[in-house]
Amino acid sequence: MSIYLYPVLFGIVCGIISRLLMLRTDYRQYPTYLHGKIIHIALGFIASVLGSIAIPSLIEGNITATTFLTVAASQFREVRNMERNTLEQLDQYELVSRGNTYIEGIAVAFESRNYLVIFTSMATTLSFILFDFWVSIIIAIACIYLSRLLMDGGKLSDICEIEYVKPHFEGEGLYVDNIYIMNIGLPERQEEIMKYGMGFILTPKNFNANTTLANLGQRQAILHDISTALGIYKDSGTPALTPLAKRDLEDGRVGIFVLPQIRDIDKAIKVIGNTPTLENAIRMPTERKKQEGGNRNDA
Amino acid sequence: MTLEKVILAVLTTNPKKAPSGVAVFHCDNETEMYRIGANLEAILDGIAHKLTEEIMIIVKH
Repeated sequence: MSIYLYPVLFGIVCGIISRLLMLRTDYRQYPTYLHGKIIHIALGFIASVLGSIAIPSLIEGNITATTFLTVAASQFREVRNMERNTLEQLDQYELVSRGNTYIEGIAVAFESRNYLVIFTSMATTLSFILFDFWVSIIIAIACIYLSRLLMDGGKLSDICEIEYVKPHFEGEGLYVDNIYIMNIGLPERQEEIMKYGMGFILTPKNFNANTTLANLGQRQAILHDISTALGIYKDSGTPALTPLAKRDLEDGRVGIFVLPQIRDIDKAIKVIGNTPTLENAIRMPTERKKQEGGNRNDA
Repeated sequence: MTLEKVILAVLTTNPKKAPSGVAVFHCDNETEMYRIGANLEAILDGIAHKLTEEIMIIVKH
């Protein structure tokens, strides 16, 4: 029996545990079905096997064996493509779509989780071989904690203040506070909107937040999350009841107009606050300004 | 083929103000305009926007 059997097995187990902990059906509402989960657990297993075996290969001097990690990298890039394609297909049939920015964020998260699994398996196998079982348990816990920490992004409540404002009409124009949302021509629809509609104003806390909130993908993510969490008063053939988010050009505030089935203001504010700030939407113009102060030629 | 962000139909109670090059529905009064507008909204999967008291347009966004 190989001396590496237990370290490798332990590395694989830790990798799978790490993947299982990261595979939760959360705010993204995906994957919700069993087969989708099996795909990710199987890929997590492959990632953990690769991570665990890499260490004994290196110790035994079999340097070329580590090149299969590059095969793993291209394999997991395929995972990203798979997620993107699946979600794009599903998005066409959503009443309130996720939007491409959100989908790209989810696809990237799925790819990066597999790399975190490889890292966990490598670290635990290495510590098992170099030290002993108990040290590797501590390393495994640290790796899993680190993975969770790395997978948690920022929330919208960190970058803006959220307040409820009842939507109103000025003529045919629908407004949330002073932000123009859209023109609703039919009195019938106006009545429905006044009955079921809710408005929220997101006030950015700083200039970076202002630019992040301006991103159309970020706004679509907010609309998708709130419509998924609280339900939506809408069907196909009633596009006038589509939730919208518009921006005040003066100060960067964003007016959110939604028609949820559960009209609980506190819950809605909480859901909006818990919407993730999308990696692809985050902008930091102030960082650029700081750099400009130091060196103006590094454009 | 889906036509988006174009005027799919115009409803008017004032024939003088009806544009050309698009389907125009001449309505006798505002009530009829709203009734036809609601039907067209569902059929065309568009939104009825009111421009003036006499003109409504249906646009798919």
